[in-house]
Amino acid sequence: MSEFINFYLFPALTIGSIYALGAVGISMIFGILRFAHFAHGDLMTLGTYGILAAAALMPVNPLLLVPFGMALTVFAALFVDRFFYRPLRDLPTIYTVISSFGIALVFRSLIQLVWGSENQVLVAGVRPPLILFDTFRVSVLHLQAIVTTAVIAVLLHFFLTATRTGRSMRAVADDPELAEVSGLDTAKVVRWTWIIGAALAAVAGAFAALNTSAHPNLGWNLLLPMFAAAILGGIGKPMGAMAGGFIIGMAEELSSYHWIGDEALISPSYKTAVAFVIMISLLIFRPQGLFKGRLL
Amino acid sequence: MELTGLFFYLVSLLIMGGIYALLCLALNVQWGMGGLFNAGIAGFYGVGAYTSAILSTAASGRHLGGFSMPVPIGLVGAALVAGITGWAVARICVRLKSDYLAMASIGIAEILRLVFVNESWLTNGSLGVSRIPRPLSDFTTGRMSDVVFLGFVWVVVLLVYVATSRLYDSPWGRSLRAIRDNEASALAAGKNVEKYRIQTFVIGCAVMGVAGGLSAHYFRFLSPTATDPLLTTFLVWVMLMAGGSGNNRGAILGAVTIWTLWSVTEIFTNRLPPEWATRSSFIRMLLVGLLLQFVLQRFRSGLLPEKSPPVRFRND
Repeated sequence: MSEFINFYLFPALTIGSIYALGAVGISMIFGILRFAHFAHGDLMTLGTYGILAAAALMPVNPLLLVPFGMALTVFAALFVDRFFYRPLRDLPTIYTVISSFGIALVFRSLIQLVWGSENQVLVAGVRPPLILFDTFRVSVLHLQAIVTTAVIAVLLHFFLTATRTGRSMRAVADDPELAEVSGLDTAKVVRWTWIIGAALAAVAGAFAALNTSAHPNLGWNLLLPMFAAAILGGIGKPMGAMAGGFIIGMAEELSSYHWIGDEALISPSYKTAVAFVIMISLLIFRPQGLFKGRLL
Repeated sequence: MELTGLFFYLVSLLIMGGIYALLCLALNVQWGMGGLFNAGIAGFYGVGAYTSAILSTAASGRHLGGFSMPVPIGLVGAALVAGITGWAVARICVRLKSDYLAMASIGIAEILRLVFVNESWLTNGSLGVSRIPRPLSDFTTGRMSDVVFLGFVWVVVLLVYVATSRLYDSPWGRSLRAIRDNEASALAAGKNVEKYRIQTFVIGCAVMGVAGGLSAHYFRFLSPTATDPLLTTFLVWVMLMAGGSGNNRGAILGAVTIWTLWSVTEIFTNRLPPEWATRSSFIRMLLVGLLLQFVLQRFRSGLLPEKSPPVRFRND
């Protein structure tokens, strides 16, 4: 039992946190701007490298440097939206999707151009795990990721229900035409969508890099599970995306636990395929997700 | 010597240009004519490449194979297997709206890539399949076989071009474009939208499979890195957008133009100082990404815009 918790449950929750943080942005962009943002994974990578650049100058705990990553991703997101996505907004959304494909490539090649394509680590060395109640061994990083995500979830919930901007965002996600005729400032809503999505992408990027290592394909490799999480939670439902992220993360990690007999249920080399299969079956059988998201 | 070098550079450029032209024609059937967003081109390309490689190589203990079939049969097999894969995918995914179809097709391409990497009984894993024969290899040796292969590739391109152009002008193609432009009215006119879409998807995937097979025979070696989603899927999209989606000649022109740009810039970037030369491929990727943005914003109909055939009536 303690083996299950130590080696499967906590890593699964950590992966889930990373997916949850990334999926919030994808879900909100999909809900409000109505396109699948394929550059979101590479936006995450950009955040990671922003932190890495700051860490080269200031040798403190990289988690304290996350604001630098956030600044970079928020700037990049707003820039790209202004110059590349906005000119296409009146066309069918598929053109914006194609454009975001290109932007993903632009982000990735910029990262490789500036920082090279080797693996880099944010924190060198091995940190001893915390031991709780003599049986549970949890790595500090996993605990940090899970707690941070929980705090962000509470703050996000507060933002979406109690502030004016947050409520207008939900209104636009639910019914853009009605929100527009009610006189909501759509441009402001769009701006805040990018700011929040990009900032959370930087946090997700930081944890993803700490969990393994930083490399230019870091975010792209996480993109499809994050899409799966956003669809599972219901498009345009940020809290649903959080829940979806945890479910996808758990499903992916726990699929290789030896549930039946001594063999892993699904070979770990097919772990990433689990998220894709969940995503594809969701798209077919329940595209509105668990929490009744919007169907585009 | 200079001249022969240039000649063989041109040959290799046009061989890859031809393979990309096939992929572009295939995507033009799916996206240009049918409006289906396939972002998993690399997956079907890979299926075709492995099928043709396994069918045509001699026996080897390291992967499934040993059929030693002639290359054209390998390519037909590639079209069949890629088409059947496409059919299975289409049966499930073709009802999805554009953005969702993009996600689903990327997911499927990823799953296919995992299969190529992990199922080593079938594909020899990351070590790859080697000694894949070329067509007509009995008659030519050395570098001349490149020239023969060039002819072979462009004969296939010509065949596919003629076939897809016939499809475009046919009643089938007209119904397809009607569905693309206005699904509701096509449905109201009694068109079986889902059936047309599945057919479109399957035809496109089969041609992508042939392109994959040709690339395996060209390089004579095949490993999972050949299905790098970046080079195949993304470049093909840029090519079709730049060439003019909906126009078959545009698709071929776009493929050859973008591939030439992509290859020729390599010559220049290789002359940069060494610390930049190692990063030259990233500069090229960056430029292709920006080129796509330019095409999308200013140049959406491409080099050769789509031209619908005139409508003729019987008593004209």
